[in-house]
Amino acid sequence: MSAPVLILAAVAIGCVPAANALAAASWPRRSPAAAILLWQALGLGWGLAAVGALIGIGATAPGTAVASGAFARLASMARTGGFRSAPDLTGDVRLVSLAAGLTLLTVLCWILLAASASVLRARQRQHELLSLLAHGDPKVPGALVVDHPAAAAYCLPGLRSAIVISAGTLDLLDADELAAVLAHERAHLRERHDLVLLPFLALLRAFRWSGTARRAYQAVGLLVEMHADDRALQQRPARELATALLRVGAAGGGGVPSGALAAASRTEECEVAARVIRLLRPTPGLSNAVVALVISAAATLVTIPAALLVLPLH
Amino acid sequence: MDVLWEAADPLSVREVSGLLTDRDLAHTTVMTVLDRLAKKGFARRERNGRAWHYRAAESREAYVTELMLSALDQTGDRQAALARFARSVSGTEAQALLRALGALGGAARG
Repeated sequence: MSAPVLILAAVAIGCVPAANALAAASWPRRSPAAAILLWQALGLGWGLAAVGALIGIGATAPGTAVASGAFARLASMARTGGFRSAPDLTGDVRLVSLAAGLTLLTVLCWILLAASASVLRARQRQHELLSLLAHGDPKVPGALVVDHPAAAAYCLPGLRSAIVISAGTLDLLDADELAAVLAHERAHLRERHDLVLLPFLALLRAFRWSGTARRAYQAVGLLVEMHADDRALQQRPARELATALLRVGAAGGGGVPSGALAAASRTEECEVAARVIRLLRPTPGLSNAVVALVISAAATLVTIPAALLVLPLH
Repeated sequence: MDVLWEAADPLSVREVSGLLTDRDLAHTTVMTVLDRLAKKGFARRERNGRAWHYRAAESREAYVTELMLSALDQTGDRQAALARFARSVSGTEAQALLRALGALGGAARG
């Protein structure tokens, strides 16, 4: 096995404990934006390295890059009729590894498409229902109001975006708190936080059994919320946002059957509490030097696997 | 759609036009809208003599409930379709924190 393949394998395996450590760390809360960037790099770097390592084991040829080696191997297999050209054990292992790499690549692309499609479908249905049911309200300019007593506030991201507030929320919050909610949701829409979360949703759907995939999804979800909180704070005082969070959170499950609530409510309770505490006792953001370090780590995580895939380094 | 929700019986295009008195809509416009609602499954239509009659497929409340359920649903996939402001906290926990906030605010002001 060549050095590039070993490095790819090491990166792919190392990403898993790194993701667990990042999910458990507290520094990301001080600079959510930098941490979100690192998460993206970790996800992309893992995908590139895992596919690259498997394909590389299967098809490295001296003097070529991993990617072009795999193409050459596939081409020669197609010419010679494939399987019969690998009679010994090493040959079998390499063949299985090559197949596993190609399968992983297909699965990763497929789940991303499938997750996007299901998200778009759910949004489409929401838009259809909203066009029939929702109306505007001067208390929340720019948002759609749905007449339902439960407290709900959310946004529908996308090219055709919308912020939706239930009548219950209008009764629950005062004007300042509503403005804080709108500022938070507008930050989500403006910065397309849904796209940040989508790859991790796709990973979670593909690897439901994986604790790491679940922790990664939850961690990125929380960081995205905290980042939107930070953006809202540029316009509104922390107190308004904190009381709005608590009031909506406390009234939140009102209209939902308890079965739907049971799944993950414990961690989610902690999430709202963590956001409130962070709003009320702000810790200073990371210094510029540390942020620069995080950004360069993110860049390295993506460029190394990518470079090993395409550059001939034997 | 509001007209269909309020009506007890299926309505013909002409009846719907008649009920939309506040808006001066052409017969064909109303027909197009009703046809589109039927295609999307929001309205059911049945042939009654020579004209189609339309009624709402579900009550308004049923649609509001569907909308809110998918918004408040805590399970993973829906969460990415829309971003919720705050997920639920237990009532007692939130009350305790709100009280603490109130005390803090009082101290800061006083």
